Formats: sequence, structure tokens, C-alpha cells
Amino acid sequence: MRTIFFILQKEFLQIFRNRGMVAIIFLMPIIQLLVLANAANYEVRNLAIDVVDQDHSSWSQRLVNKLTASGYFKLHRQTFNEKAAFEDLQLDKADIVLMIPRHFERDLVREDKASLQLLVNAINGSKAGLANGYANNIIRSFNQNIRMEWLALDSRNGPAVIEVTYSNWFNTRLDYKVFMVPGIIVVLVTMIGAFLSGMNIVKEKEIGTIEQLNVTPIHKHHFILGKLIPFWIVALFELALGLLVGKLVFHLPMAGSLWLVFLFAAVYLWVMLGMGLLISTFTETQQQAMFIAWFFVIIFILMSGLFTPVENMPHWAQVLTWFNPIAYFVKVIRMVLLKGSGWANIQIYLLIMLVYALVMNGIAIWNYRKTT
Amino acid sequence: MRQFFVFARKEFYHIFRDKRTLLILFGMPVVQIVLFGFAITNEIKNAEIAVLDQSRDYYSNRLVQQLQAGSYFKIDQELQSHQAIEAAFKEGRIKMVVVIPPKFGESFFHLHKAQVQLLADAGDPNTATTLINYARAIIGNYQQQLNGPQAMPLTINTTVRMQYNPALKSVFLFVPGVMTLILLLVSAMMTSITIAREKELGTMEILLVSPLPPAMIVTGKVVPYIALAFINALVILGMGVWLFGMPIKGNIVLLLLECALFVLTSLGLGILISTVTDKQQTAMMASMMGLLMPTVLLSGFIFPVESMPLPLQLLSNVMPAKWFIIILKDIMLKGSGLRDIWPQSLVLCGMTLLFVTISIRKFKIRLS
Repeated sequence: MRTIFFILQKEFLQIFRNRGMVAIIFLMPIIQLLVLANAANYEVRNLAIDVVDQDHSSWSQRLVNKLTASGYFKLHRQTFNEKAAFEDLQLDKADIVLMIPRHFERDLVREDKASLQLLVNAINGSKAGLANGYANNIIRSFNQNIRMEWLALDSRNGPAVIEVTYSNWFNTRLDYKVFMVPGIIVVLVTMIGAFLSGMNIVKEKEIGTIEQLNVTPIHKHHFILGKLIPFWIVALFELALGLLVGKLVFHLPMAGSLWLVFLFAAVYLWVMLGMGLLISTFTETQQQAMFIAWFFVIIFILMSGLFTPVENMPHWAQVLTWFNPIAYFVKVIRMVLLKGSGWANIQIYLLIMLVYALVMNGIAIWNYRKTT
Repeated sequence: MRQFFVFARKEFYHIFRDKRTLLILFGMPVVQIVLFGFAITNEIKNAEIAVLDQSRDYYSNRLVQQLQAGSYFKIDQELQSHQAIEAAFKEGRIKMVVVIPPKFGESFFHLHKAQVQLLADAGDPNTATTLINYARAIIGNYQQQLNGPQAMPLTINTTVRMQYNPALKSVFLFVPGVMTLILLLVSAMMTSITIAREKELGTMEILLVSPLPPAMIVTGKVVPYIALAFINALVILGMGVWLFGMPIKGNIVLLLLECALFVLTSLGLGILISTVTDKQQTAMMASMMGLLMPTVLLSGFIFPVESMPLPLQLLSNVMPAKWFIIILKDIMLKGSGLRDIWPQSLVLCGMTLLFVTISIRKFKIRLS
């Protein structure tokens, strides 16, 4: 026990002696959280719209006003000339072009139908999808309004309607940051766990000091624990720091119990530390270790549902996420913080993490013995 | 000059001897492109929802069937009471609850008005918005069906054309993004680490006392990475074109020249990082936190730049990646020529010059 304590002391001294490291531990998370939470924003607003209004009627004017008043669209250019609008689309100056043909109002009145055309710059597929959805919704409600007015419909005589009301739970203002901040905290914690721990052991190998440690009476498991525990503590500290910044700056809701988050993180971190350890057992240089860790972490992050929901993926990819520790943590931290899920809802995930932690560390320690 | 080639050859040996790194260097872009292309989509399919049907009549039943019929929704559970809604959300599986109040059919036909309530889990705001839109469209169609063939007066038909990317494939956005990321990774991160490594291990001192001038040493160290970066770029382009049918509408020679320009810019950055750090860990952290993360987030590759707050929008202009991604997208998807993209190319040239100048001024030929 005393041996571990001394190794811990050495490790902490080494961490805090390195100024770069101290900056990474204390400053980086705050800066990252502030920058990332603002940058990682899929909220689509202020889309630049070009309107080619060849009708110039009162209804076409009203439609344009309704679009720009919605907050989703910003009028970039209103013109007669289709070419100018196409050019804007081509040059990325406009995200969407609405074409209102000549006699739009007249056709509506006389023939009971008229058509509009929307051209969407679809290079960014998800943005285009949302833009199209917003525009169609606005046009539909515009349609409803003019129909009511024109026919002065008495709801008893006209066609029957299904009235759809909706409400957004757990995030009534549809604040995207509330969705992203917990995920970004997961990424921060993961970086510390997976990268720094592995690199730290490899560094001893690369510099050659591991030989010196090997000839001391330190047991292997003492050495491993001594290497991993400091980063476990640092990562849990990061989690607290991240949650604090989230609370103070982004008003992150904390509906559930914070203890659950920390409990889950404590187990989750052993999976990540185990991964770092495993990588360190079969690499020789820090460059290699960093590279391999980066490769896996980036895949884990992309497939974790942090940016795009897991449910949207094809089935084979969803099966892969069962083996992705980051996916579990992202899911659990969002469930607990945003919805207030409790012990009963997350215990199964905690169990899975526990199994992964044991397996990962088991393999790593076994492999470690073999190679040194 | 001969000395230089010998030195560059030494670097090549270093890289090729390290099979694992090499494997990852070439495996990574392939895996990333495949994942991005096939797995990462924003298109919603089979979202799990719950239904609280309080009327349980023929018409509400049919509505539930209609919701389930398309590929958008999958009904995971039927709830019995309003109290069960929150608990269902907390389990974390379902994304939306459809509430049909009592006497749905009766009120539709007699009062000419029936109600449906959609409760979405807005923890993920965009998914919530999209699900509500889909559900409203389905309910709208159902309403039309119930009303029979009688045409609605004053109907506006909207036709939509998705320009440049009709199938809304995210791959078209990700191929340029991944390419930029990999080029940065290889050219900036790897070079900065390899130079920092010579410093950390103390071998830099030996190189500096050799008859090679410092500029040669640095150039010799980066040449192999230029080659690697270029091969990677070709692999990614090839996969984009043959696997995902991404077009290259513009001139391919111009495209490759721009790639070369960006490789130079990133090398400049990598050398710059290595002149200010002398530990691998620091160099790695600096390139990862300072380069790769901002590139992913601020270059408009995953998140649209327009929705960011103004300071970040301004900050994004400093990212070489942003300009390169614009160039790539314009050449590949829109077929732009040099006439359209010279401003961006000029920005990259300027950045390269800047990085190299600072590096030369900062480069220390003494270690302490």
C-alpha cells in the first residue's frame, strides 16, 4: 500500500511539474467547453433565402414576410431574375431559393391550386433537410391561413380537421447547447483517460526509465495502479469542473442525481484507462500510442451518438455501438442530467461498463506481464 | 544535395519500420470514410415512439397504424395513462409520445375537429423538431383520407429540388472534411511530433552538429510526410469517387495542386508547433487541441458556421482548413475553376508564408 502511495506521489509531482500539462488539465477543458458548446451547434437559423417573386401579388408578399418573420430565414435578395438567384446558390450566398411563378395568386383563386418551387443548396444534407422542413411548414400554415380567410370557413361546414398540438419536453426552448454540453464533457473526460494514461507509461518505455522501475522491488500491479490512479482522479476532477462550467455558463439542467453521474464516470474511466494501458503494452513510442488511441477514440466518438443519433444508423452500425463505451456514457449522462433518470434506468448500463472495465483491464494486465 | 537524400532516406526508414503507425495512417482514412459514408446520417429512420390512445376507437387505431406504416416510426410501447409518459421518457428509448384524447373519431365526424398531441423528447432538439414534422405530415395525410376525395380549396403545391446533392448524402460533406483532417493530421501533427521527438531524445543535438544546415534537416524530416499525405489524399479521393459516387466536376490537376498547397500550409504549421515545443506530449496536445479539434468544429465540416456566434465565425477564418474545405467543395461539387477560388488559394499561400517565416525566426540552433 505504501509503495502505491509513493508512486502516486511521484506521478502527481511529475504531472504538476510539467507546466504544459497543468494548462491542459485546468485551462483546456474550460476553453474547450466554452468554444465547443458554441461551435457544435446544429441549430439552423438565419438561412439566407433568395426570393424570385414573379407574381408580385399581395399573397406572394405575405408569404415572403411570413418566411422572414419566422426567424429561420433571412432575406438575402428579392428579384425577378432567376439567374441572379441561381448564381447566389452557386456561390453559397443563398441556402435556399423560393420561386413564386407568375399568376400565383390568380391560379390559386381561379383553379384552386398553384405551385411554388423551392431550390435548396443540399451540399450539407442535414441542413438542407431542416431548411426544407421549415419552409414547407411555413408554406403549409400560410396555405391554411389564406384558405380560412378566403372561404371565411365556418369550421362546422368545411372539411373536418385534426388539430395537432405539440410540446417539447425536457428542453422546452430547444436549446442545442443543453444537448451538446454533456456530450462534450464526456469527450473531455475520455481524452484524459484514454490518452494521457497510455502515453505516460509509454514515455517511461521510450526514455528507458521503465528498466529502472522494473529492477526496483515495485510490484507490477503497484506500478500499474500508480500510473492509472492519478489520471482517474484528474479525470473525475475534470468532470466536476466541466459540470460546474456547464451549470454556471450554460445553465445546464441537472434533473437527476449527480452522484449517479460520478458513479458511472468512475466505472467508465476504468474502461478508458484500461484501454490506454492496453495500447501502451503493445506500443514502443509515444507517437504510436497517441496515434492508435486517437484512431479508436475518434471512431468511438463519431459512433457514440454524440453528434448524430445512434437510432439513425444502419443496423450493423447500431450493433457496433453495443461495444462502444463512449456511447453508453453519452447516453447515461444525458439521461440523468436532462431527464432525471434514476438508478433503475441506468443500472443495466453500469453493469455493462463494469464488465467492460474488468475485461479491458484483464487483457491489458495479462498482456503487460507477457511483454516486460 | 546527396547528404539531403541520405537524410530523407533515413526518415523514410523510420516511418516504414514502424508498421503499426503506417497501418493506422492508411487504415484511418478508409475506416473514417466508410463510417461517415454508411453509418453517420441525419436521416431519421425507425424512431421509437410510444402511443397513449385514450379513445381506442376504429379511427384512432387507424391513425396509429398509419404512423407505423412508414419507415419513420416504430411503436415501442402503448401507454395506459398520462403518468406513464414521464417514466417512459426516462427509460431513454422512446423519442416521442403520441397522445390521442378520448372520442377521437366521434369528435372528428361530429364536431369536425379532433385533437392529437405530440410530446417530443427535446433533449435532442433537432431530432425532436424533425419527428414532429414527420408526424404532422402523416397526420395531415390521414386527415385528407378521412375527408375522402373531396378536394381542398386553394391548395399550394410545393415542389422541392435539392441542388448539388439530391440524395442528401452526408458523404459529400464528409469526404472533403475527412481529407482535410487527414492531411492536417499527417502533415502538421506527425511532423511536429517527429521533430519534437528528436529534441526530447536528445538526437536533435547530434543532427545540429552534423554538416547539414538546419533548414535541410527540417526539410529532410518533412519530405516523407509530404509523400504520405499525398497518397492518403489520393486514397480518400478514390474512395469518395468510386465507393460513394462523389463527382469531381472541376479540373483534377487543379484539385491536386490545391491539395499540395494545403499540405505545405499544414507542414508550415507543424514546423511552427515543433519550434515552440520540445516535448512530444506537448506537441501532440498542442496539435490535437489547437489544430484538430478546432478544425473539426470550426471549419464548417460538421457544424454550419452560420449558426455560430460572431466571435467564433471570425475565429473560423483563421483556420486554414476552412479555406481548403471551401476549395475542395467548389472544385468537386460545383466544378469551379481557378477563377472562382483564387481568393481562398491566396489566403492559404499567405498563411503558408507566415508560418514558415515565423518558424525560421523562432528556430533555435542551440538547445539551451
